[in-house]
Amino acid sequence: MNTEKELERREEAKKPVLEVHNLKSYYQSRDGEVPAVDGVDLTLYPGEIVGIVGESGCGKSTVVRSLMGLMDPVTSRREAGTALFEDKDLFQLSEKELCKVRGKGISMIFQNPLSALDPVYTIGNQIVEILKNHERITDKEARERAIELLRQVNIPSPELRLNQYPHELSGGMQQRVVIAIALACNPKILIADEPTTALDVTVQAQILALIRELRDRLNIAVILITHNMGVVAAICDRMFVMYGGVVVEEGRCEEIFSKPWHPYTRGLLAAIPSIDEDKETLYTIPGQVDALKAPVNFCRFQKRCSYACSKCREEEPELSGEDGHLSRCWVFSGSDDLEQAKVVAP
Amino acid sequence: MKRYVLMRVLKAIFTIWAVYTLVFFLTRVTGDPVDWLTQAGASDSAKETLRRNLGLDLPLWEQYVKSFVGLFTGDTGTSYYYSREVSDLFAERIWPTVSLGSIVFVVTIVVGLPLGVLAAVKHNSLLDRLTMSLAVIGSTLPNFVLGILLIFIFALTLRVLPSGGTGTVKNYIMPIIALSVGPIASVARLTRSSLLDVIGNDYLDFVRSKGMREWKVVIKHGLRNALIPVITILGSQLSALIGGSVVVETVFAWPGIGTLIVTSAQQRDFPVVVFGVLVIAASVTFVNLLVDLSYGLLDPRIRKS
Repeated sequence: MNTEKELERREEAKKPVLEVHNLKSYYQSRDGEVPAVDGVDLTLYPGEIVGIVGESGCGKSTVVRSLMGLMDPVTSRREAGTALFEDKDLFQLSEKELCKVRGKGISMIFQNPLSALDPVYTIGNQIVEILKNHERITDKEARERAIELLRQVNIPSPELRLNQYPHELSGGMQQRVVIAIALACNPKILIADEPTTALDVTVQAQILALIRELRDRLNIAVILITHNMGVVAAICDRMFVMYGGVVVEEGRCEEIFSKPWHPYTRGLLAAIPSIDEDKETLYTIPGQVDALKAPVNFCRFQKRCSYACSKCREEEPELSGEDGHLSRCWVFSGSDDLEQAKVVAP
Repeated sequence: MKRYVLMRVLKAIFTIWAVYTLVFFLTRVTGDPVDWLTQAGASDSAKETLRRNLGLDLPLWEQYVKSFVGLFTGDTGTSYYYSREVSDLFAERIWPTVSLGSIVFVVTIVVGLPLGVLAAVKHNSLLDRLTMSLAVIGSTLPNFVLGILLIFIFALTLRVLPSGGTGTVKNYIMPIIALSVGPIASVARLTRSSLLDVIGNDYLDFVRSKGMREWKVVIKHGLRNALIPVITILGSQLSALIGGSVVVETVFAWPGIGTLIVTSAQQRDFPVVVFGVLVIAASVTFVNLLVDLSYGLLDPRIRKS
C-alpha cells in the first residue's frame, strides 16, 4: 500500500508542472525589436527548485514576467511560445482566466519586499485580499488563515502583525509577509524574482532556508531568478544560465558547478571571489552585454568569448548535450570537449 | 497626532483672526462710506449725524473691539447700505453660492477623477492625448471668459438658456459649466500624472500576481496611492469655490455672496465686506485643515510622524 502510494507520488513527480516551449518576448525600441527572450524552453517538475542565472539584461526576469502576463503590452510583444500549466496554455488564456491562475496556481515574489507591498494597507488586509479573491470564505476565517500563514513563514506574534503597515516591519519580515501572501492559496509554482537581493546577508540566508523548507513541506516547485551563483549553489536543484535572451547552459547544479561547459558559465563561476585566494584584482568577463537586434544568427556570446571561431560568428548554436546537461556552444557541448578546455580555462 | 491636530486647529484660528483684523483696517483706508451714502452737497451736520448713527465717529480701535466682540455675541453689525443685519444678508445669499459650489465640486470629482484614471490607464493612446489636450485648454481658459462665451452661444445666439438669474434648473447649467471646466481639467491632469507615478511601482505587479482583476488593481491600489496630490488640489479648488466664485457670479448675475461682497466693497459697506471676507477665510482655512488632516488618513506613513 505504502509503496504503491510512493510509486504514485513518483509518477506524479515525473509529470512536469510547467512546460514552457520556445518562448519569445520582444521589446519595441526605436531601432527595431530587441529580443529580450528569444526561444526559451523550460520544464519544471513538482518540488524542485530551478535557478535562472545571468547578468542584468539577459532576459531572466522577462521570462517569468511573460509567464505571469505582467509585460507591458505597449512596449513589448510575445512573439511565440507556449506555456503548459495544468493542461492549459497560459498564453492562450483570457485576462479573466489568467487572473484565476495568478496567485492560485502560480505566485510570484519580488526583489524588494517594501516596494512589493502596498504602503497604505495593513499586512492583514493584503493577505485577506488574496484569500477572498480566490476562495469563498468569511472575514473571520480569512483572518484566522492569515495568522496561520504568517506563523508558517516564522513571523513572531502574527496576531499583532495583521494590523501593522509594511513600513513598520524590517526587510526580512516584509519578505516573509510577501512569501506568506504568495503561498496563501497553495500555488503549485512559486516564482521568486531575486528574492534576496535587497536584503542583508544574514537575512538572505534565512529567506533562502525558508523557501527550501516550504518546498520540502508543500512540494511546491520554485523558479528562482538570481544573478548570484552562491544563491544557486545554496538551494537550487537545476539551473538555467541565460545570456542575451537564450539559455546557454542548463543542467543539474552539482554537474554544472563541477563541470561547466559553456564559456559564459565558466566565466560566471570564475568571477565568484574565493576567500582562499589572495588576488590583486577580481576576475571579470571582458566586454559587456551586447545590444542585440532580432533576428540573431550568430552565437550571442562570441564577442566576449576567447574561444570564438568563424562558425560562432555565422550561425547560432543549438542547445545540445547529454543526460539533461545541455549547452549552446559550437566548441563545448560535451564532457570530451572539456578536457581541452581546461588548458585555457580563464 | 493629537498634539499635531491641536496645533493645526490653533494655527487655523489664528489665521482667521489675522485675516479679519487685516481686512477690518484695510477697508477703512478705501474712503469714507458717508461720502458714498449721502448726496453730493449734503450738509456737514447731516453727514455728522449719519456718521454717529453708523458708529463711525468712535476711535478706530474702539470700532474694532466692538465689532470683534460682536462676533461672539451674534451681533455681526448692520449694513450701511441695506440697513439690515449683516448675518441676515448672508443667510439669504449663502444658499445660491453653496448650492452652486457643491454641485460644481461634485461634478469636478465625478468627471475629473475618472477622466484622469482613464488617461493614465490608456497612457499614450489617442484618448489620453485628446483628454490632456482638452485639459490644457480647460485649465488655461479663465472661467469668466468661458462664462461670457457660453452666454454668447447659448443665451444670445441659440436662445436655449437664460443668460442670468436663478430659480430654475436651466439657470444652473451655464454657471456649473463655467465653474467646473477649470477644476475638472486640473483634477484630471493631476490624477493622471499622479497615477502614472504609482503605476510603475512593484506593488501593482504584486497585486496583479495575486490574481486581482485589473480594474481593482488600478482603483484599490493605484488610485488610493495616487490620491494625496489629488486631494490637495481638490481642497484648493473647493476653497476657490467657497471664496464666492466672485467673477462668475457677477457674469451670470448670480445672487450669491460673491456678488454681495463685490457690490459692498464698491459701496464701502464695511461691515458686509469684513464679515464676507471672514466667512471666506474661515471656510478656506477649514478646508485646508481638512486636507492636511486627511493626509494622515490616506497614508499611514504620515500618520506616525
